[in-house]
Amino acid sequence: MLEVAGLEKTYPTGDHALRGVSLRVDGPDAVFIIGPSGAGKSTLLRCINRLVEPDAGVIRLDGQEITALEGAALRAARRGMGMIFQEFNLVERLTVMENVLSGRLGYVSLWRAWRRRFPSEDVEAAFTTLARVGLAGFENKRADALSGGQRQRVGIARALVQRPKILLVDEPTSSLDPKTSEAVMALIVELAAEEGIPALVNIHDVPMARAFARRIVGLNDGRVVYDGPVDGLTPEVLERIYGGTPEVAR
Amino acid sequence: MWPRPWMGPVVWTAGLGFLVWSAVNLEVSPERIARGLARFGAVAARAFPPDFHRGGLLAEGILESVEIATLSTLLGTLLGIPVAVLAARNVVALPVYAAGRGAITLARTFHELIVAIIFVKAVGFGPLAGVLTLTVNSLGFFSKLLAERIETIDRGQIEAIRATGASRGAVLLYGVLPQVLPRIIGLTIYQWDIHLRQSTIIGIVGAGGIGATLYNAFSRYDYDFALAILLVIVAIVLVGEGVSALARRSAQ
Repeated sequence: MLEVAGLEKTYPTGDHALRGVSLRVDGPDAVFIIGPSGAGKSTLLRCINRLVEPDAGVIRLDGQEITALEGAALRAARRGMGMIFQEFNLVERLTVMENVLSGRLGYVSLWRAWRRRFPSEDVEAAFTTLARVGLAGFENKRADALSGGQRQRVGIARALVQRPKILLVDEPTSSLDPKTSEAVMALIVELAAEEGIPALVNIHDVPMARAFARRIVGLNDGRVVYDGPVDGLTPEVLERIYGGTPEVAR
Repeated sequence: MWPRPWMGPVVWTAGLGFLVWSAVNLEVSPERIARGLARFGAVAARAFPPDFHRGGLLAEGILESVEIATLSTLLGTLLGIPVAVLAARNVVALPVYAAGRGAITLARTFHELIVAIIFVKAVGFGPLAGVLTLTVNSLGFFSKLLAERIETIDRGQIEAIRATGASRGAVLLYGVLPQVLPRIIGLTIYQWDIHLRQSTIIGIVGAGGIGATLYNAFSRYDYDFALAILLVIVAIVLVGEGVSALARRSAQ
């Protein structure tokens, strides 16, 4: 269970990204966060695993107060959160297998990581997960030799081998063509359900959110302006979420 | 351009005056240059044909130079990688960065001959002083350029590795190192190429290598032997350049 309460973030540039965001995710459900660019969607996800340091507020994951952790304890908590990125963020010059296994870096010693000696169960899990995302046989290809869709599948596999308690998914399809986008999004939702874990999915594409979501959280200017079922996305609600934003930026 | 109109003529006059005074003080005159050129002709005439009779001495000196160059390149890379990390603003905190940059600036301050003199005083004549000299030289050059490369790496890859709960060391190993590895290889080879050249000169101040042999040949007026040494240096530098070009191409 994820609990976010009163999250605040202002960047040193003066950009007030989050203004008291609160939300709860109880079950293994995919929650889609929509909102115009600059609404604070990315900041919210990055505050949850503390890649970005929130100024105020509390984050709890399965009872553990993430916002109170430092150093090694924080890194241990990050292992429990798998992140998937808009630009995939694979290590381009490493192989697919190395990229997937990097999801286990929080569990192995530096010496083992250096020699690429991951425990055999990790390697097995990596093979299984790669097959599950449709990339069996790609293990030894270099990441920069893959297509966009394939890269994102590697990104998904890397997040999954962490055995996370939650998936943080940041605009996973913005760098993909429409057809690939749909397949990748379907895969993410499916895998989260299979693993029985919740997923927080940032997305700017409202039709895509409608197609996959049950619950929608609408962010506008750092505030939650809607939190409810996808059926509640009436034109008035959308106006509240995207209010004042020109159509093209939605 | 000038804050006051009278400043222009004053600065120009002063600058010109300094140039003239320098030429007079250093006794730079066309006549002396002409005389020197004539003497150079005489030296060149005595240098031909090059004398390769003392091949053993020559080979020994050259081999020592190559050894100094290679060993110092290796040491310079091993020490230079951590220093470069410490001097990259995007991976370390500001005070560490300042210290790292400081070390690099210090290593770059003095010409290698000055560094060589200091090391000869410290560890005595011989190749050890040469190895230490060129290692310091590496630190300045290699670390500076590698640090600049590290500062331009893709942050997304680092972010992704951090997000897995990886330690700082693991982030360096998986997020940073793969991105800069081609640069490390390229710089190391380039560094070796440079060191090959430098290792032929530091012998003049006693830091080992062919330089001492060359200096002695000149001071004993063995111009033919000196020419032989110079020819071998040219050859070795050309070979080094070829090897480094090949190696860099295959490291892409």
